[in-house]
Amino acid sequence: MDGKLIVSSSPHITSKTKTKDLMRDVIIALCPALIASIIFFGYRALVIEIVSVACSVFFEYISRRIMKREQTIGDLSAVVTGLLLAFNLPAGVPIYVPIIGAGVAIIVAKQMFGGIGQNFVNPALFARIVLMNSFPVLMTTWYPATPGNFLGDATATASPLGLIAQGAVDKLPSTLDMFLGNTAGCLGETSALALLIGGIYLICRRVISATIPCVYIATVFVLSAILGQNPVVQILSGGLFIGAFFMATDYVTSPLTNKGKVIYAFVMGVITVLIRVFASLPEGVSYSIVLMNIIVPLIERKTIPLPFGAVKEPKKKEAK
Amino acid sequence: MAKKQKSIKDIFFAGWIKENPVLRLVLGTCPTLALTTQAFNGLGMGAAATFVLVGSNLVISLLRKFIPDNVRIPAFITIIAGFVTVIQMIVKAFLPTLDSALGIYLPLIVVNCIILGRAESFASKNGPIRSIIDGLGMGIGFTITLLIMGSIREIIGNGSWMNMIFNDGSMIQPMLIMILPPGGFFVFGILVAVFNRLAEGKGKEPATLSCCNCPQADMCRKALEGGNE
Repeated sequence: MDGKLIVSSSPHITSKTKTKDLMRDVIIALCPALIASIIFFGYRALVIEIVSVACSVFFEYISRRIMKREQTIGDLSAVVTGLLLAFNLPAGVPIYVPIIGAGVAIIVAKQMFGGIGQNFVNPALFARIVLMNSFPVLMTTWYPATPGNFLGDATATASPLGLIAQGAVDKLPSTLDMFLGNTAGCLGETSALALLIGGIYLICRRVISATIPCVYIATVFVLSAILGQNPVVQILSGGLFIGAFFMATDYVTSPLTNKGKVIYAFVMGVITVLIRVFASLPEGVSYSIVLMNIIVPLIERKTIPLPFGAVKEPKKKEAK
Repeated sequence: MAKKQKSIKDIFFAGWIKENPVLRLVLGTCPTLALTTQAFNGLGMGAAATFVLVGSNLVISLLRKFIPDNVRIPAFITIIAGFVTVIQMIVKAFLPTLDSALGIYLPLIVVNCIILGRAESFASKNGPIRSIIDGLGMGIGFTITLLIMGSIREIIGNGSWMNMIFNDGSMIQPMLIMILPPGGFFVFGILVAVFNRLAEGKGKEPATLSCCNCPQADMCRKALEGGNE
């Protein structure tokens, strides 16, 4: 990251992979969703995405400059944060929303805690939650997808999860439309197909492991089926795919061991379904991921792997 | 104590930044977070607390030779409660809107850590004049903090300041989160960082949590020197 010499015990494995390469792969993986968002939501999607990315990079540059730390805009992580933030906004938000969001994500959630690698929650999701609580009306005014119409549609409508929350299940779009992304919702979250392509690319490039997204989506699928929801609709609607592939898998805020990842993704799925089905909010992906981000250090502590050949320590009795 | 006595000026200004009760000693955070949704509430709370601080510091310092060490906390609380009752009646009579805004936090000044802390660590060891100055300085520090926090939260979160609305949401909607509890914590955390920077200056080593750097060292040393209190 910053060329520091890190001393640890052997075995040492070196790799040519830099943060920049990983981030470039993530950006490539986000491109299908980017294209889908422009197809479905028109020019407004493009404007929000450009503003969000530009502001994220700008705030990263400014805050590193003010804090007199080494410049890190070259590692492209701010571009990823900006893109993910834009993907979490509805098409009709005024232009100051992505600007404030980028400021909150980069300055408050990332740089105030020490920059890349030190943030305790995913910056884009943190910004989304701040924006949700700041502008509840703007952030939940959805616009219908208008494939091919570059100007977009200005009439507000309900998102699939909003329809389920209202009980209007018969008005839901067809499963195919939901899979392709031809529904109302945040810019980057509607097209499950595009996100799936990006996610599979990341898994093939070994940027992320398949454990977290698979366990997360499977948990949501099974649990919503148990609770009497339509599981296919549940996994295709809302931000589940983008959350599972691109946000829950953030290196800094997800567990290292496989066992930890399974616990992390499973609890995340449980919280998501519980919020969707029982809470007053229609969507729970962002809250569940941020909550689990905070719990990651505890999961790590419970899932430290034993070195090869080591004997498990007997449990010490608590001194009273 | 062999320590050199602080000058009146030092005592007065200590509470402003260097020993700011909320941001440096982290005392009295409950009313700070709860009442700073509006600048005016913050100002009212700060003024009320300052009145109680000055009054209780004066009386406790006058009585410090007569209060037995073993029952000093109940004695302090009784004196503080007297002043809180006075200020509560005044606010109820003359500023009923402020009274309803402050709600339970006005009577709760009785158990405010800042006031008890100053009684314990300053007024019970110093003369009346120095104690009044200390109470005034600490009270001003508390009021400044509440006013700054209330102003930031009201301006960003409600588009107004001191109930004067200048942003009605037609251009940019106010950020609602700032007048919700999370906004209070954001502003609090950022202000703590700013005041640490102000108090320690640029380039100096940050204060570590050792006893000699602790602003409450007086209270600690007492425990170290023998008393098991």
